Amino acid sequence: MSNGPEMTTSAIDIDSNPLVEPRQVHFNELLELESKGTLNGYSLTYETYGSLNNDASNALLICHALSGNHHVAGRYDDSGKTNGWWHLLIGPGKPIDTNKFFVVCSNNIGGCNGSTGPSSTNPETGEPYGTDFPIVTVKDWVYTQAKLSDHLGIKQWAAVIGGSLGGMQAMQWSITYPERLRHCLVIASASKLNAQNIGFNDVARQAIRTDAEFHNGNFYQHQTSPARGMRVARMIGHITYLSEDMMGQKFGRSLRKKSKFDYEFTPEFEVESYLRYQGDQFINKFDANTYLLMTKALDYFDPAAETNDDLTQALAPAIADFLVISFSSDWRFSPERSREIVRALQSNKLNVSYAEVECPQGHDSFLLEIDDYTRVMRSYLNRIARETDEAKVDHDV
Amino acid sequence: MSKLLNQSSLSRYDHQIITDWVEPKSRVIDLGCGNGSLLKHLQQTKQVSGYGVELNPSMMDQCIDNGINVIQFNLDQGLGHFDSDSFDTVILSLTLQSMRRPRKLLEEMMRVGRQGIVTFPNFAHWRNRWQIAVGGHMPVSDELPYKWYNTPNIHLCTLNDFHILCEQLGFKIESSIAVRTDGKQTLGLKTMPNLFGEIALCRFSKAG
Repeated sequence: MSNGPEMTTSAIDIDSNPLVEPRQVHFNELLELESKGTLNGYSLTYETYGSLNNDASNALLICHALSGNHHVAGRYDDSGKTNGWWHLLIGPGKPIDTNKFFVVCSNNIGGCNGSTGPSSTNPETGEPYGTDFPIVTVKDWVYTQAKLSDHLGIKQWAAVIGGSLGGMQAMQWSITYPERLRHCLVIASASKLNAQNIGFNDVARQAIRTDAEFHNGNFYQHQTSPARGMRVARMIGHITYLSEDMMGQKFGRSLRKKSKFDYEFTPEFEVESYLRYQGDQFINKFDANTYLLMTKALDYFDPAAETNDDLTQALAPAIADFLVISFSSDWRFSPERSREIVRALQSNKLNVSYAEVECPQGHDSFLLEIDDYTRVMRSYLNRIARETDEAKVDHDV
Repeated sequence: MSKLLNQSSLSRYDHQIITDWVEPKSRVIDLGCGNGSLLKHLQQTKQVSGYGVELNPSMMDQCIDNGINVIQFNLDQGLGHFDSDSFDTVILSLTLQSMRRPRKLLEEMMRVGRQGIVTFPNFAHWRNRWQIAVGGHMPVSDELPYKWYNTPNIHLCTLNDFHILCEQLGFKIESSIAVRTDGKQTLGLKTMPNLFGEIALCRFSKAG
């Protein structure tokens, strides 16, 4: 390795985001989904970081959100553009410390980053599934993640952790497999979406489904994609993930490289070009059918629907210790939604801590390094690490 | 809710009295729990379970380090978070005087818990009386280090005032103690607690 001065300066960043490679496992079983649809065999793409200890007690499962995937931490190359989506929080010496924990994240089925999804080949037709891909739900994801746990030899996770839609999966884990996790971290999430949220999701879906290039979901065969619809979907999503204050701070009414209006429909305001850029970036790396599926999974999640809208009863099977975190400026998954979860956990006399972080960054806060947030995460993960060590000593003795 | 008072001198001593009042293995909630040291002490010595409530973000990680459950919210919004009769003991330690609606909070404490423990700086301590009566200005002391214009302590009361309010609310005072911050027992303290007590500690329950 040549080590000029440039190498030395970038070494710090590289050390905190080690190289990682995705892996894949195939499950040769008929998967019966909550929607009554079936998948005849499925693959999960996943990544792991850190090392599993002897008694497999230091494993953390990270569940990804709407547009996320298995690449949660580390990097693929030295381009600086391939860091995992939660690399600010996960890595050696970071709040979720991969020197202490074995961290696992898989791409959910229905996804578009390697796990079986709408763009995968349907073994029965030899064509991509397209909209023949069945609707998948949070429960289905949790089931397939449990299969991955078995595959990895992890009987019990030290913690299952997720933000937003990922937090819903963490919650579902605590209900479906209470014995299989010791801690459950639910960040910027909700026990169900409200009407406003479902409304936003449907605007996104309509943008995609009414795009002439959608071809009823079978756009792969036409060598095209509903890019304009995806761009609009992403733009509206992006607006809702930020706060009014944050957009005001970031863009205000500033114009692009000029001081006067041109009185044209080309993007004139900074905020317009930013949102279009975000939309364009997204088109190239995300599948439209996956976007439709993920938003439906969000809409359907409501564990209390099975218990007469009683969330306390829905969470009654849970035995894990919880950490719930919300962000003051998150209006898409507001603090009140998190407080509902906390109240239900308290009513079940479970161990729960709750932090409501004051910050302007909106829903996306959970991805960022915000001091009050990362300090809580670090303390909580340290506590889990201490407990894991103590249990291990007891066990060894 | 940190640093409402200068707590360093008295924490151990009032924690010990509170600990004596808490049943082993009971359910406890500590309102305004600071860094969680009291609840940690109760967990270790009395094997209690429960929650701490704290608003200050800089205390969250310390509470978690101390191994307690901490819930971040503002007590001025009431205790709607918690079910009725869900705790054996509700503690409000050196926090009452900063509440916007202390009477409402006391009622809420008796809604969620069987017994309440409240500790507060006794405003009738002779040094405070002296500063007003002779000095002619609002008292500033080790326990209440703020000036009148910047104090978070907006509802100060005396031991006698607190007893009267408990009576109005229909609470039964189970124990009432006044202490000096140096922990010394004096004759004055015993005979005239409202004059010589710096910190008041009261334990009460629902009457009847």
